[in-house]
Amino acid sequence: MSITIADHIRDIPRSGIRDFFEIVQSMDDVISLGIGEPDFATPWHIREAAIYALERGRTGYTSNLGLPRLRRSISDYINKHFAIRYEPLSEILVSVGVSEAIDLALRALLNAGDEVIYHEPCYVSYAPTITMAHGVPVPVRTRAEDGFSLRAEDLEKVITPRSRALMLNFPTNPTGATMEPAELEKIAAVCIRHNLVVLSDEIYSELTYEGAKHTSIAVFPGMKERTVFLHGLSKAFAMTGWRIGFACAPAPLIEAMMKIHQYSILCASIMGQDAAIEALDRGEHSVAQMRREYEMRRNFIVSALNEMGLECRCPRGSFYVFPKITSTGLSSRDFSMRLLQEKKVAVVPGPAFGAGGEGHVRCSFATALPQIKIAMQRMAEFVGELKRESAMVS
Amino acid sequence: MPTQRALAKTLCGFHDVWLMDAIIDLLQKNALMPRDEMARLLNMTTAEVEAAIAKLEADGIILGYQPVLNREKWHTDKVTAVIEVKITPERDGGFDRIASRIARFPEVQSCYLVSGGYDLLILVEAPNLRAAAAFVSERLSTIDAVQSTATHFRLKTYKENGTSYTFEASSERLSVTP
Repeated sequence: MSITIADHIRDIPRSGIRDFFEIVQSMDDVISLGIGEPDFATPWHIREAAIYALERGRTGYTSNLGLPRLRRSISDYINKHFAIRYEPLSEILVSVGVSEAIDLALRALLNAGDEVIYHEPCYVSYAPTITMAHGVPVPVRTRAEDGFSLRAEDLEKVITPRSRALMLNFPTNPTGATMEPAELEKIAAVCIRHNLVVLSDEIYSELTYEGAKHTSIAVFPGMKERTVFLHGLSKAFAMTGWRIGFACAPAPLIEAMMKIHQYSILCASIMGQDAAIEALDRGEHSVAQMRREYEMRRNFIVSALNEMGLECRCPRGSFYVFPKITSTGLSSRDFSMRLLQEKKVAVVPGPAFGAGGEGHVRCSFATALPQIKIAMQRMAEFVGELKRESAMVS
Repeated sequence: MPTQRALAKTLCGFHDVWLMDAIIDLLQKNALMPRDEMARLLNMTTAEVEAAIAKLEADGIILGYQPVLNREKWHTDKVTAVIEVKITPERDGGFDRIASRIARFPEVQSCYLVSGGYDLLILVEAPNLRAAAAFVSERLSTIDAVQSTATHFRLKTYKENGTSYTFEASSERLSVTP
């Protein structure tokens, strides 16, 4: 018997990152700048709180929406840091990472054929998740010259009567783009005018630099009622493996998302939820320390890349830089592949994050400084050799 | 290449709110970090970093630089003791004069005035047990103002001045993740 895979799943391309990952895995002594997770272990006070919870035997299921105590902590945290008020009992759902929350929101919102707009280059899961929810992904290109932030006029151009939602991710993985509040307000106006729901993935919002303060689109008048605010503990608190994210949205939408969550996941793990309470209530200092460390590495990597002749904008958020590699004459994929094979440094080719990523590679600075230093040295050698090569040819 | 350094500098903003703190943090982690590397991390020029450090030294904020020794590996026969000292404060000068009198002994590595059941907490290092005992009985206890002492000898070090002796196992991260 041959098993037939559902059309909409079969047609989803394999992740470009995954192919690359297989090759990296097969090699020794590779320095990887391809990692989208903090190199820090979860701060000790958070781990210790989780151990204590385990010792007390807290090992069961929780409410489908998540521990009430955690939802209160989330509500307080968002109120304090984002100035948005969500009702812990009805407007917050704890999920298994932000990815699950995005999936829930899309499945709760979309009818087959509804269009969802997202800005590209972007995180690899957005388009497939839309497709899996029977929606139609509609990318909007963002440009290097705009610092990869989203222009309201570009958004407006792709809106059709089938447009249902807009997905935002600022600061952006992979570009490190951020949005000025004034620009974000223009996006908000477009969403209100065209009655779009906004799914705002703000997972990197604590990781903004130079003292810049992150602004959520949900703060603008008329936006909270049409925004799904998505956040989680993975990045700022270095808690990727705990798999805790959350969605905040109007109660009827949370109720609909809860139905899917209840029947597919039941609840996020209680160990992760207990750890998340400690992180949100008392983790501010740890986050500040990690942010400072990231900011220094960012400064280092940006100056090193520009010095070797790869034009690199300084990201105001996230832990990624997205240098332009076109001066080498190579495609993103060839650049990444040769850099890996010749110098054992792994970076991710830009097109893995959508068509707009060609000509760029993503380097993560969520890697310890000594590693970054060696990687930059090897990359500089590589770029130098490419230059000499092309000089010999011409 | 100064031009490209300057370019990077215009690209990344200058964030001086935490600059002095950041310099001190970097020095505490590794005082030997090359100043040009520090300059890159902080988006400053090497000269600016050197000037900032010179100022911290001149202002008496940085008093010196020391290697971090693993005492489980170097001169392991040396004896370290934590001593609780009860003293009678003086009418003029309170604890200060007597505390500095004790602190001047080269055996005394650290000396703190503390709240609680005793007054001074001192850390003493001596070449061997006999020398440590002699310091307590002949030097410390014989000072007039000293009422009593309680000496605790170090058996093993787990963490010192922020440096852990037992290293955390590195987690195995996947080498490429989205």
